[in-house]
Amino acid sequence: MILGAGTAGTMMANHLARKIDHKNWNITIIDEHKTHYYQPGFLFIPFGTYSEKDVIKKKADFIPKKVEYISEKIEKIEPQANTIKLENGNSIEYNILIVATGCKIVPDEIDGLTDVSIWHKDAFDFYTFEGAMALQKKFENFKGGKLVIHIAEMPIKCPVAPLEFAFLADSFFTKKGIRNDIELIYATPLSGAFTKQNCSTVLGHLLSEKNIKLIPDFNIESVDSNSKKMISFDGKEIDFDCLATIPTNMGDELIENSDMGDELNFIPTDKHTLQSKDHDNIFVIGDATDLPSSKAGSVAHFQAEILTHNVMNFIKNKPLKPDFDGHANCFIESGFGKAFLIDFNYDVEPVEGKFPFPIIGPMSLLKESRLNHFGKMAFKHIYWNVLLRGLPMPGIPTQMKTWGKKL
Amino acid sequence: MAVKTFAGVEIEVNDEGYFLKHENWNKEMAQEIAEEFDINLTDEHIKILSFLRSDFESKGSLPTMRRMKKVGGIPTKDLYRLFPDGPLKKACKIAGLTKPASCI
Repeated sequence: MILGAGTAGTMMANHLARKIDHKNWNITIIDEHKTHYYQPGFLFIPFGTYSEKDVIKKKADFIPKKVEYISEKIEKIEPQANTIKLENGNSIEYNILIVATGCKIVPDEIDGLTDVSIWHKDAFDFYTFEGAMALQKKFENFKGGKLVIHIAEMPIKCPVAPLEFAFLADSFFTKKGIRNDIELIYATPLSGAFTKQNCSTVLGHLLSEKNIKLIPDFNIESVDSNSKKMISFDGKEIDFDCLATIPTNMGDELIENSDMGDELNFIPTDKHTLQSKDHDNIFVIGDATDLPSSKAGSVAHFQAEILTHNVMNFIKNKPLKPDFDGHANCFIESGFGKAFLIDFNYDVEPVEGKFPFPIIGPMSLLKESRLNHFGKMAFKHIYWNVLLRGLPMPGIPTQMKTWGKKL
Repeated sequence: MAVKTFAGVEIEVNDEGYFLKHENWNKEMAQEIAEEFDINLTDEHIKILSFLRSDFESKGSLPTMRRMKKVGGIPTKDLYRLFPDGPLKKACKIAGLTKPASCI
């Protein structure tokens, strides 16, 4: 039984449908939503690079025929009874459960942010399709003023996205010829530009080169919708004409209903095997885990290959392999048709080098290049046609390799 | 690594002065560490330090401010009032714990 037909759940359905003995096992996937969004594409919508057609397809088109697909809202998991309760009153039993219910923004966690007078009018998110579209409209007519990019609290899905947004905004308004009329501010609860030290230094420099002001250690308490101000717990204030915020990210409320999560509804998970810490026959993948790995599609892709192996081992009563190393691989758009690429895991920070092969690359790590940007734009095609289908990515290993890296 | 003396006991600390072993800590030491930040420990401070330590011991990781609010019943505003400018970094140091790493 797979809960959630997003990136991770869909990949698991495809992997398992190819591996499992269909005489003895049935695979079921449950998700109430019918639309599959290409979430990495939301970043490009406000700047008019992508539109609806780039980011929306039907979930059902990516679920294999041998998998039963139930489109209902899940009320809760009852792990003691090995049962899923649906909102329509039905119960379904499982032998093995894979939780892939992801995470989402919860803007209501910040007082005042979702006041009707400002939400999606002057204060926006770009982590939802609706938020990204509303911001596109705003930017079409934005003539100047203070544009603040903001992170409420960590962890967030795709931790590089807000930086990419800042770089793309600089590029977008420069091309429009109004960059000088816009003050760009990047406010974060972190002490620097990014979570990883090496990367934070490189990207921090880039912020100042692009004249984007970094405000670190800003821990938001509330938004004053009348005066258009963010106020921190220690009384600091940042006013804005347009706010692009990443609100608190939380796991699904069904995890809270099931009493299976931490204070952000993330499920305690073994960081190497992806088995739930509390229940042997429950596995967790993607953004739903409490792991210290990035919440990103590339991470879910690497996890899916390892989890498929471990689910097959679990079926055969074999020991689980502790193979997940926290591997993440992310393009970082830096504006003006260029991008960075970073490749790291739990233990190895992003460093310079060549990827995926030493010397010949062709991609450069932790350096800006046009090729990296083409890689990022080509990723949309790979996502829909390779990644979601659970097919291997040529040249990109599941576990991080140190070759080609300047360690 | 360095060695510092707190309450008459030599303690191994890292380059930034955080304890290497949290077992070596006691409340007398806490007041001495707190002086570095010009903080005079009160019962309110001690309550926070106790929660940090007990949560760390049971979970093996440092709590976030959200967890301190939800599980420990400690309002974030109080944290900023009692340990101004970087409350978690200061409170963890005074509690003999490691420096909080920003999560990804």
